[in-house]
Amino acid sequence: MSKYLLNKFLFTVDRDPSLVERYRDDPQGTVEWWESTEANRLLNCHTGESSTWLRFADAEREALATHDYPRLFELGAHPFLTLTLFIAMFERDHDGLGFQLEYARRLAHFSLPYPDIAT
Amino acid sequence: MAELVAVIASTHHPFYYRASTATGEDRPPFADEWVRKVEAFRETLTRANPDVLVMVGSDHFHQLWLDNMPQFLVGKAPFYDANWYNEEREFGLPRMVMTGSEDLSSYILREGIDAGFDLAFSNELRIDHSITCPIITLRPQNDLPIVPIYTNIFAPPLPRPKRFVQLGQTIRELVESWPSDQRVAVIGTGHLSLELGGPRQFGPHGPDPEFDRRAVEWISTGDIEGCCADVTLDSLHLPGNATHGFMDFMLMMGVAGEGRKADYVDTYDLFHTMEAYFTWYPNGGAAS
Repeated sequence: MSKYLLNKFLFTVDRDPSLVERYRDDPQGTVEWWESTEANRLLNCHTGESSTWLRFADAEREALATHDYPRLFELGAHPFLTLTLFIAMFERDHDGLGFQLEYARRLAHFSLPYPDIAT
Repeated sequence: MAELVAVIASTHHPFYYRASTATGEDRPPFADEWVRKVEAFRETLTRANPDVLVMVGSDHFHQLWLDNMPQFLVGKAPFYDANWYNEEREFGLPRMVMTGSEDLSSYILREGIDAGFDLAFSNELRIDHSITCPIITLRPQNDLPIVPIYTNIFAPPLPRPKRFVQLGQTIRELVESWPSDQRVAVIGTGHLSLELGGPRQFGPHGPDPEFDRRAVEWISTGDIEGCCADVTLDSLHLPGNATHGFMDFMLMMGVAGEGRKADYVDTYDLFHTMEAYFTWYPNGGAAS
């Protein structure tokens, strides 16, 4: 399991307007592309330098590929990253705070302590 | 030596800018009272007539990332660009540029390291809404040089609450020993109870009004001892999953001093989170 890699996906997609749209429109294809070409890219580093070992667990890949944010919460993805990216993708489909409140409702079955987010 | 002319602790609400500038049907019903409270709070800084601002905040996964995460970082640069694409997108925040006080940054880094804090530094730091929000609320003319100080309240493992208090105490000592005739205000922002990306988010109030009441009491009375007795890294999960931002308030209590009552206290109960504003005048209040 790699909470770090889940967070890296959310972080790198959220900061790129074109990737936000691509992930909204084609989650499965975006996750496949990202894992095969971007997951090992070292950020804030000389261009082209990469790691060799990062990959998603099956449950993580599935959660990202289905936009399953309650499952991402359960897997320990950083809630701020998940919320920010999903607001960017889906707030537009709701009135006012409708999406944020639906998001809370879909997580209502979680009680304290929440899943650990430490990476 | 430099003079510490004001210590200010505040929540940083990224929706203030949009709410306060909205007009007509877009203007939320709570905006007018919010603006009134912020303008009164702003006056507490204006009265202190500062020359330079030390700004304590926390990067929200903008420039600082999990591949290289500092616990405490001091900016040292002549300028700071500010606000990010996703803050424009979600909050409508404007792009900004601030000037930096490199002399004070250098002093805080050198003396802070010697005082036992292995401070990280950045010579090219783009700051985010944890620092731009208080510029917008407290100094919208954005005419003073700053020293940004970032704390990690976001990506575990975090420093413990007591460490934030100690850093605040050290920042005060460093400001007051800085060989300069500048008037310095220290401004820090954090949160009371807050939930982001969890089941308690975006409720009609903050997720834990009782925690908020106690927090305001700790801060306004300078009750560092009582606060530290009750607040741990584990306990901060209970009021809301983003409540570790309260540790930046604890840092500011360290700047203000044990037992030091705030000279100005105001709160505003909003949806999602409670706003809270505190000002201390270390030398008794009236500015020159």
